[in-house]
Amino acid sequence: MSDYNLSHLDELEAEGMYVLREVAAQFERPAILFSGGKDSICVTHLARKAFAPARIPMPLVHIDTGHNFPETLQFRDDLVNELGVQLIVGSVQELIDRGEVTEEQGFNASRNRIQTPTLISTIEAHQFDACVGGARRDEEKARAKERFFSHRDDFSQWDPKNQRPELWDLYNGKCQPGEHFRVFPLNNWTELDIWNYILRENIAIPSLYFAHEREVIRRDGQILANSAYLNLRPDEQPEKLQVRFRTLGDLTITGAVESDADNLEKIVAEVAAARKTERGGRMDDKRSQSAMEDRKKEGYF
Amino acid sequence: MAQGLLRFITAGSVDDGKSTLIGRLLYDSKTIFEDQLESIEQASTQRGTDGADLSLLTDGLRAEREQGITIDVAYRYFATPKRKFIIADAPGHIQYTRNMVTGASTADLAIILIDARAGLLEQTHRHSFIAHLLGIKHMVVCVNKMDLVDWDEARYNEIVDLYRSFSSRLDIPDIRFIPISALQGDNVVDRSERMAWYDGPTLLNHLEHVHVAADRNLQDCRFPVQYVVRPQTDAHRDFRGYAGRVAGGVFKVGDEVVALPSGLSSKVTSIAIGEKQVDMAFPPQSVVMTLADDIDLSRGDMLVRENNQPESVQDIDARICWLSEQPMRPGTRFELHHTSREAKAVVKEVVYKLDINTLHRVEDDLQIGMNDIARVRIRTAAPVLADDYRRNRATGSFILVDPGTRLTVAAGVIYA
Repeated sequence: MSDYNLSHLDELEAEGMYVLREVAAQFERPAILFSGGKDSICVTHLARKAFAPARIPMPLVHIDTGHNFPETLQFRDDLVNELGVQLIVGSVQELIDRGEVTEEQGFNASRNRIQTPTLISTIEAHQFDACVGGARRDEEKARAKERFFSHRDDFSQWDPKNQRPELWDLYNGKCQPGEHFRVFPLNNWTELDIWNYILRENIAIPSLYFAHEREVIRRDGQILANSAYLNLRPDEQPEKLQVRFRTLGDLTITGAVESDADNLEKIVAEVAAARKTERGGRMDDKRSQSAMEDRKKEGYF
Repeated sequence: MAQGLLRFITAGSVDDGKSTLIGRLLYDSKTIFEDQLESIEQASTQRGTDGADLSLLTDGLRAEREQGITIDVAYRYFATPKRKFIIADAPGHIQYTRNMVTGASTADLAIILIDARAGLLEQTHRHSFIAHLLGIKHMVVCVNKMDLVDWDEARYNEIVDLYRSFSSRLDIPDIRFIPISALQGDNVVDRSERMAWYDGPTLLNHLEHVHVAADRNLQDCRFPVQYVVRPQTDAHRDFRGYAGRVAGGVFKVGDEVVALPSGLSSKVTSIAIGEKQVDMAFPPQSVVMTLADDIDLSRGDMLVRENNQPESVQDIDARICWLSEQPMRPGTRFELHHTSREAKAVVKEVVYKLDINTLHRVEDDLQIGMNDIARVRIRTAAPVLADDYRRNRATGSFILVDPGTRLTVAAGVIYA
């Protein structure tokens, strides 16, 4: 490379690795929040590169709602084994059983919102002072202003009016006892960047992302996977469709798209041409214009 | 598809049409998704505005949407086949100077928006100065709302002349001027048919082609050690690697390097990105280097070349922008963060403040409050390995952190 030029993926990768190393250097008990989705898989891949040839010096934390796609759980376990890292699972079911949270009822019930108290509880139990997540600024309006090192107070709350200025790549990870940071190395990545990177690096991802046949139901303009956790209305009939998932949340809220993209190249082409945003299939975001912002104020990812 | 990356900041006030301009860039480059458009059309209807108010695309927070203005830096992304772009959309009001400073610190280029009817305003001066202070080498002055001045070439030229005369004091290497109408789309992405007298590029065309790769410092080797990689596994029992981001120059395997501040020398035996070995590294790559000798080197130290070293200073001449709502208390022992180092620091003297609207020095009132920009002398308890900011943004910049609140209270650029 005699002209010292980098592609945008190289630059984004360099930035992500830099951020992860800052986390390892500045914090005592960092962790990577791992959902099994493509973004947290990318973060983990960046971490692997950032610390090579050593192991990633922080555990993977999974907030298990109990409503995961089984493929996601298998993928998670395989990856953890391969990387030789610690896996910590925060269980929403446990919090429900302990009476600390209440499950939603009704047709559109989901465990999405109660992930937040579970996350907070897990952070407190392990005293994590930094949690790395795969959130991106382009995902959603409320994330457009997110810092790399996003300060959360001792209630895990995010105050949008009070985020610290971030200059150059000097990240101030200082805080008071009891407070912590959420860190987002993928802030400047778009959905297409993620896919192009996965393709370039040949990163393994759960099979759900690829086109497959699945029993689904159509509801409110979304296609949802039919599962035991879904409450069907009397008029809702399951049907078999060739679909794939662009984003992986719980079974109950993640919308599929009809697709025949069964390999990475086709996925990239499809994403590039897509007319609906990635999160357009997320029923949790549709609840109101400020859905994500409100959840963040409560301590969501 | 591998493209380069351009980061730019847009500065302008609420009324200059900045949000409309960004919306237009996203809309005409086909980056806006259907459901986003639906969502803003819905919000526009609820708000009572006509048509799809493109500025709604960039107003994320509830409070902003209610007030209709931007109160923080919002980052927007779009790409063309030629390049990927990161837009830092900064608020124009003076009380949000700190946000603009933040957005400008990583930007390669600044778009300065001027309303053709209003001409140069205080904020034009302020935004231009901030962009210049933060080391942005490329400016694009967009004279907007040309539709409201009848596409008048004379008016455009008048503004260009005024801006040139103002900015000559700033010494900015690359300034371009483009007459546009963000609302109607003229010269933003598509060429205007109503300004035949203008034969320069459209805004997008310029953004796609502006050459920024040469802005990096490829001459002065600077490698701040960020983290030490020590696997301590059987496979890599004695491995000790120095991880960091190349801040300047080009490092090659086999290079003789000097570690600062110790002054010990060694040779680079390997450079790796992840598991892949490479022959060399340059900014802004993140790499791990190994050395031939087992020298004492840790986070905060720096690898450089013998014949080209930064200044090791404890008395720093700097320009700072005060970011905190609380004014500066003289005598405070701040933590100064510079590359991967921290040092205790006090502001020994406020030399003058800058009136950033007039660029005049203010010497009679030296109290530093939020958004003030001042020239100061700082004394640090330990040496800082500094370069002049204009030579190297990474090794010429620092932040001050308040020891009590732990907040970032100032951003600083070093004049070495």
